[in-house]
Amino acid sequence: MAAPQQQKLKVHGPVAVTANRLTDGVVVWRTPDHGWSVDLNDAAVVTTAPEAIALLAAAQQSDIEAVGAYVAPVLLDDGHVLPGNLRERIRVAGPTFELPR
Amino acid sequence: MYVYDEFDRAFLAERTAEFRDQVGRRLSGALSEDEFKPLRLMNGVYLQLHAYMLRIAIPYGTLSATQLRRMAHVARRYDRGYGHFTTRQNIQFNWISLQDLPDAMASLAEVGVHGIQTSGNCIRNVTTDQWAGATPEECDDPRIWAEILRQYSTLHPEFTYLPRKFKIAITAADKDRAAVKVHDVGLRLHRNEAGELGFEVLVGGGLGRTPFVGKSIRKFLPARHLLSYIEAIMRVYNQFGRRDNIYKARIKILVHEIGAETFAAAVEKEWEAIRDGALHLSDEIIADIRARFLYPAYETLADQPAELTEALKDPAFATWHRNSVTTHKQPGYAIVTVSLKPVGAPPGDATADQMEVVADLAERYGFNEIRVGHEQNLCLPNIAQKDLPALWRALEAAGLATPNVNLVNDIIACPGLDYCALANARAIPVAQEIAKRFADLEKARGVGRLHINISGCINACGHHHVGHIGILGVEKNGQEFYQITLGGRADEHAQLGTLLGPAVSYEQVPGLIEDVVDTYMELRSGPQELFVDTVARLGIEPFKERVYAAH
Repeated sequence: MAAPQQQKLKVHGPVAVTANRLTDGVVVWRTPDHGWSVDLNDAAVVTTAPEAIALLAAAQQSDIEAVGAYVAPVLLDDGHVLPGNLRERIRVAGPTFELPR
Repeated sequence: MYVYDEFDRAFLAERTAEFRDQVGRRLSGALSEDEFKPLRLMNGVYLQLHAYMLRIAIPYGTLSATQLRRMAHVARRYDRGYGHFTTRQNIQFNWISLQDLPDAMASLAEVGVHGIQTSGNCIRNVTTDQWAGATPEECDDPRIWAEILRQYSTLHPEFTYLPRKFKIAITAADKDRAAVKVHDVGLRLHRNEAGELGFEVLVGGGLGRTPFVGKSIRKFLPARHLLSYIEAIMRVYNQFGRRDNIYKARIKILVHEIGAETFAAAVEKEWEAIRDGALHLSDEIIADIRARFLYPAYETLADQPAELTEALKDPAFATWHRNSVTTHKQPGYAIVTVSLKPVGAPPGDATADQMEVVADLAERYGFNEIRVGHEQNLCLPNIAQKDLPALWRALEAAGLATPNVNLVNDIIACPGLDYCALANARAIPVAQEIAKRFADLEKARGVGRLHINISGCINACGHHHVGHIGILGVEKNGQEFYQITLGGRADEHAQLGTLLGPAVSYEQVPGLIEDVVDTYMELRSGPQELFVDTVARLGIEPFKERVYAAH
């Protein structure tokens, strides 16, 4: 029988683990070498639920660098990793309107 | 303005030092995120999509020039040069780093403002009419009573861990500008036939996932019993409110499930036991609080001075004056609403430069006082009419004199998916696009008073249920869709809007709103019939037929 988190997590395509950097909240992505990067292209991308769960579990081992880790959809495009939905696009690129100046 | 004393200053300084220590321990790893999160929330610090957000309370919407100037400083020094005024008389800074938060808080604490109880399951910032103390419509200054509640509820140990957050609003005017009927507790201050001051008490209002208009459980509560009666309400809520389901934990659910009469009976029973105890407000206590509100030393002036009459020959000034200037209780003075809704800009945002301009103008012309309304505009409540032309020129130069107050592009919008971790859809860009469709303010004036409220999720921070036109963002299969409601209102006749029909896509919303407005223009009995009254008269069907035929 699958663990509770495995029952909930459905993976349909490439995903990565993302969080916010503790010191300033900046969006970060879990890297293959168990670190964090602000560049989505550095992210460890997996395509199955067990892989995603393992990546997330490792990311949650410590919350000193990044907080609120979760699995997010991504897209692969010609060697680049792109955010997989609007929420993640906004997290990567910022608000979709010009900020007050 | 209320004058804080040494107790307040010492308390805030201690609290800031405490938070600095908590941040230090979090950054060192001594505190885990699970341990730290409730501590930061108690100080108004959220973690949003891209950054930490600091929410600062503006008690009963009243700010001094010094406080607003300090907010400008925080925006510039620690954020990205702007702040966002919310629908609950708060300001939010969206980009502050955790490392900088203690310094930002210390800076704000020096001028007596803070984020305590702007989050968490406690009694939140008590809100009221932004025209309080200045409007001739009120029976008393509601801020006196809001301040009494603020002192009572701040760090009250019995109400620090309520089933859910708890919001109180007060109006002292028949025209409700504080939306009291959609708060957990709404208080309507009025005088009885004997001339005594008291409150009608409404309970169980609120928006969010399950919206309700509040129910009146007492028509007249003598003012001196305010705290004991509120405590009785809180105790009944604390005892019977659900804690097993976050979606059913607000007091509105309890009132709905057991009925207003049963709830009122429980409150009255509890109140009987405590009404004449320590919470009884003596005349001396009330007088002491009242005395700490310093009112402007108004000059003896006449209405409609020559400077104003001359300036009204300028059509641009006259248009702004008609739209943004309101009658004051004091002859020769006026209340000025400062629109934070320039067409195409994020609703409720003000840059640090704009905050400083408003602070300067409040100092020069407005007895140092600024107000924040739940409509996400600012207000200068005490302006001599002779100074209005100069004030207008300065506001105009700073982009703060758009004459669209209460018009179709004076849109209330939550931060939505562009900032908020809870949101399902964007709100601000929708507001911007709708506002642009009505950029011709002559056309907007022809439409008349029309409130559009937009929320990016069911939590309803944009109060969409009570917008004349309400727009709720939802997510379907990864796409943004928007439900439209018509006929809501947040005033003394508060009611929830009616769903117009199936949700439409992000791209369809502005055109649909134009169609709704065009339909109103065709169907209204005349220019005197407001949009919301046409909807009340005809229902939503004529709008539905027209709109969905076109989309």
